[in-house]
Parts: sequence; structure tokens; C-alpha cells
Amino acid sequence: MTMIFGVPLAVLSGQLLIGVINGAFYALLSLGLAVIFGLLKIINFAHGAMYMLGALVTVVLFDLMGVNYWVALFVAPLLVGAFGILIEYFLLRRIAGQDHIYSLLLTFGVALIIQGVLTNIYGVSGLRYSMPDLFKGGINLGFMFLPYYRAWVIVVALLVCFGTWFVIEKTKLGAYLRAGTEDSQLMQGFGINVPLLVSLTYGFGVMLAAFAGVLAAPIYSVTPVMGSNTLIVVFAVVVIGGMGSIGGAIITGILMGVIEGLTKTFYPPASSAVIFLVMVVVLMFRPNGLFGKEA
Amino acid sequence: MNNSVNSADVHKAIVAQQKSQDRKKMMVNGVLLLLLLAAPFALYPVFLMKILCFALFAVAFNLLFGFTGLLSFGHAAFLATGGYTTGYLLSNYSGLTTEMGIIAGTLAATVMGTAFALLSIRRQGIYFAMVTLALAQLVFFFYVQSDFTGGEDGMHGIPRGKLFGVLDLEDNLNMYYFVLAMFIGCYLLVQRIVSSPYGQVLKAIKQNEPRAVSLGYNVDRYKILAFVISAALAGLAGSMKSVVFQLASLNDAHWHMSGEVILMTLVGGMGTLLGPVVGATFVVNVEYQLAQGPLRDWVDPILGGIFVLTVLAFRSGIVGEIQKFIKKNIG
Repeated sequence: MTMIFGVPLAVLSGQLLIGVINGAFYALLSLGLAVIFGLLKIINFAHGAMYMLGALVTVVLFDLMGVNYWVALFVAPLLVGAFGILIEYFLLRRIAGQDHIYSLLLTFGVALIIQGVLTNIYGVSGLRYSMPDLFKGGINLGFMFLPYYRAWVIVVALLVCFGTWFVIEKTKLGAYLRAGTEDSQLMQGFGINVPLLVSLTYGFGVMLAAFAGVLAAPIYSVTPVMGSNTLIVVFAVVVIGGMGSIGGAIITGILMGVIEGLTKTFYPPASSAVIFLVMVVVLMFRPNGLFGKEA
Repeated sequence: MNNSVNSADVHKAIVAQQKSQDRKKMMVNGVLLLLLLAAPFALYPVFLMKILCFALFAVAFNLLFGFTGLLSFGHAAFLATGGYTTGYLLSNYSGLTTEMGIIAGTLAATVMGTAFALLSIRRQGIYFAMVTLALAQLVFFFYVQSDFTGGEDGMHGIPRGKLFGVLDLEDNLNMYYFVLAMFIGCYLLVQRIVSSPYGQVLKAIKQNEPRAVSLGYNVDRYKILAFVISAALAGLAGSMKSVVFQLASLNDAHWHMSGEVILMTLVGGMGTLLGPVVGATFVVNVEYQLAQGPLRDWVDPILGGIFVLTVLAFRSGIVGEIQKFIKKNIG
């Protein structure tokens, strides 16, 4: 068997694949955070809870009504996104213009509530969700086995990420968004409904998290606490990429997944800490993050 | 002529008022002190000590957040480092007296605080919060994997030992008065810091950092020192906590603990001296009362609700709102 640095090629590529998949999730989640932070200056500590809601809603919809994966892929993010809009409308709006720190504290409280309530209902042991038949099995690439579902996750996550980046950075709608958050009074004057724009942006960021949750449902164990630790990792990813940088969030997300996977292969004890380690190193040399713009 | 006599009178009146206010404050403090001294005869001392440890933790955090405007989301790291260091030393070196163990724990947290401060000081606001959070997470993973911490099981059976080799701390009453003395000392220290010229600079930084810079203050140095003092006191709280409970657990290092101390400070009233103490008392009590009753499983959502309510409706916290009320109605 081919060995690379003392590790069998199949093991290495397997870990790399897991790394890329985790990276795809990090990218989706940090992208949502970056959209919400970059455009609205809200630190969304409830992001992990929204990711979890996406997965949980998928499972619950299936158990209660037999809603299949493909429908859930659209319905769950929409439901969770609508929930996000309610939170924006009833809670976050009231502290708009205050110190950003209050948004962090408020969403932290919201996350505690959501996670705590659902833990009481569903417990902390994982809920089962079986993958759609279409994705059973995989292909042998010669040096490794690639399950279809994992390939699908990578492709669809990248597509969504790229699409989001494109809309925000390259289209007129994106320009409105960026302008509306830059100078909301001016945009109001042009007849653009900025509060609605803010609600929709928050809802969209939340939808991205929930979408990641649906993708995660068949491969990770779905529990009410699944988001809370992922969230901290994703925050580190956003800091490394440069807060508010949309492209930076995507690239860093995937990169960090891969680095985590490689660490797991070569030095497992450090695998959960390596991202935070990278963050410290990056901050020492580039305090604004890898892709951050200004100070 | 007439005018100057008048202003002298006014001055006298102000001094007299100041004096009577000081006297009132002294009286309030005296009553509080008496209550604290008598408390262990009415309430379970270990519970009181828990409150005091968390109150110290919150006071330490508030020095940074409430007075300097730096939101650290990683203060659990210092609490845990103090606890683990003291616990490890007292468990493994029987010759060590308790106060030496506590000093060592405090020092360890101080060193870690210095490292955190140097790394995070370059960022501001929420960026700063994120950096401290990530650093604390690094510390958390270190403690999960280290053998000496007992990993998920925690560190058990830490001996309380004898204070100065004489006073037996196994006795809850002795232990209580020791913790109380430490707490009061630290509280007075923070009070002193806050009202000193140094504290004024910290408040200036909080209000308007660019202005403080333009006044010629080396803002970073002030912030780093505030961070280090805060980390040291948080470490001390953790050290004492591990001695009181004879236990140091991973809970103290988890980022939820960093969130909890924010909640305590916020609920009590950040930027006030007494606020964090009231907040810690409140939160510890809520958690304790809930844990006894049928709402046992609802502690987290209820705390979350308190968080949301505080941020939305009474951002000045309990003490801050009372102060506002007094100012408005009594003058």
C-alpha cells in the first residue's frame, strides 16, 4: 500500500475527504455569520442553534409527516429563516444602533433558550435520520472510497457559497444591501425599505445555517446541542478569514476543515484545538484576519 | 465680596452633604459587613462561599467589561486555571499550605491573562470578544486532554489543608471567614483601582478610546494591565472555589462559564461596584432554587430568558436601575 509520511494513502485521503466535508459545513456556517455580521453588524451567537434547528426540523418533519429529504432541503431553511426573521423583528431590532456587544449577548440568550427547550423535548442523544436511497453507496476512486452523499454535500455547499458570494459582491441587489447597511438613511431616501432589507438579510443568513443543518442531518448525529460547539469553531473560522469578509469566510472554512482533517491523521490529540491555534498565529501576524479589509 | 462669601457657604454645604453621604455609605457598608459575618449561622456556609467565589469572579470580569469596556468571552479560562493549578498543587504536594496553593493558582491565571492580553489587545469590540473566546477554547481543549486535570471526570478530593499551617480549613466556618476576608480584600482593591487616577483613565478609554489616545495615554498599556488584574482576580476566585468544593471540573473551563459571568455582571449592573456581587448572588440563587424544584431541567432556557430580558429591558442591571430610580425620585 502506498504510504505518505508514514500514513497509508487511503487513510490520508479519507481524512482529507472528511476534512473537506467539515470544511464545507464551516464554509456555509461562517458564510452566514459573515453575511449577518458584515452587512448588519450583528454577532449572531444563535447561529449554531439555527444550524441545529435546520437538522432537527428535517428529522422531525420526516418523523411526523414523512417529509422527504428533497422537500426538507427547501422547507427546513425556509421555516428556520422565517423564525430568524421573527427574532430579528421582535428582538434584535430593538437594540439596533446600540453597542454591537448587545447583539452578541442577546443572541447568546436566544441560543440558550432554543437549545435548552429542545434538549428537554428531545434529550441529548442523537436522533436518527436515514439518508435518501439515491445517495446510498459510493464510488471507488482507486485510492479511496467516496460515498455519494459526501460528494453531494461538497458540491451543493460550494454552489450555495459561490452563489451567495456572487449575489452580494457582484449584483445590484448585493449593492443595495451593502449600501443600505452602510448608510441606511440615504437608502431610505432613495425609497428602499431598509428595515425589510435588514430582516431579509438576517433571515437569509439564518437560512444558510439551517441549510447546512439539513445537509448535516444524514451524516452527523442530530441533537439539540450539536450547534453549540460547532459555533465556537465557526467563530474562529470567521476571525481567521477576517470578520465580514464573505469570500474569506468561504475559503477559510474549507481550508480549516482540511487542516483539521490532516491534524487528525498525523497528531489526533490536537485536532480539536488546531483551528484555534491557527487563529492565534494568524492574529499575531495579521490582526485583521487573512482576508480582512480595514482595521 | 458678597459673592465670595456665598461661594464659601456653598462649598461648606457641599462638603457637609458629602460628609453625610459618606457617613450613610459607611453605615450601609457596616450593616452589610455585619450581615456577611453573621450569615453562616443562618445559611449553609458552602452555599455562601459559592456565592462569594462567583461574586469575586464577576467583580473581576466587571473591572474589564464594566469599567474598561472590554468584553472578554474567555474568562472561564482563568477561573479554571486558578482552580486546576491550586487543586493539582494541593493534591500532590502535601507540604504546601493552602495559601501557597492559592497564590500559585492566582499567579498561573495572571501569566495566562498576560498572554491573552498581549494577543487580544490589538482588536476591539466584538473582535476582541471573539479572540478571547478562541483563546479560552484552546485552553479548554488543553485541559480536556491533559492527564492531571482528570479530563471529563475532573479533579476530586483536593485537600483544604490548613491556612498558614495553623487554621484548619476543613471546618466550614473557618473556611467561610477566610473566603470572606479574601473577597472583601479584593472588592476593596477593585474599588480602590476604579476610583484611582488609573481607574479614571480606564473609564475614559471605555467612553471614547480615540479621545484617550489623543490625550496622550498609552491606551494599550492601560488595557493590558486591566486585563491582567482581572485575570488574576478571576484566577483567585477559581483557586478558592477549588479549595472550598475540593473539586475542580471541566465545567469551569467551558465557554458557558464565560457566558455565565457575563450574565451575572449584566443582571447585577455592569460598571457599578456592587452590581456583579448582586448579579452573582442572583444567578447562583436562581440556579440553586431551580435545581431544587420541578423546573430542574429548565435552568438553561430560564437563564437565557433572563439574558434576553436584561439586554432588552433593563440594560443597567439591578443595581444600575436602583441607582437610576434613587436619582430620579429621591435626588
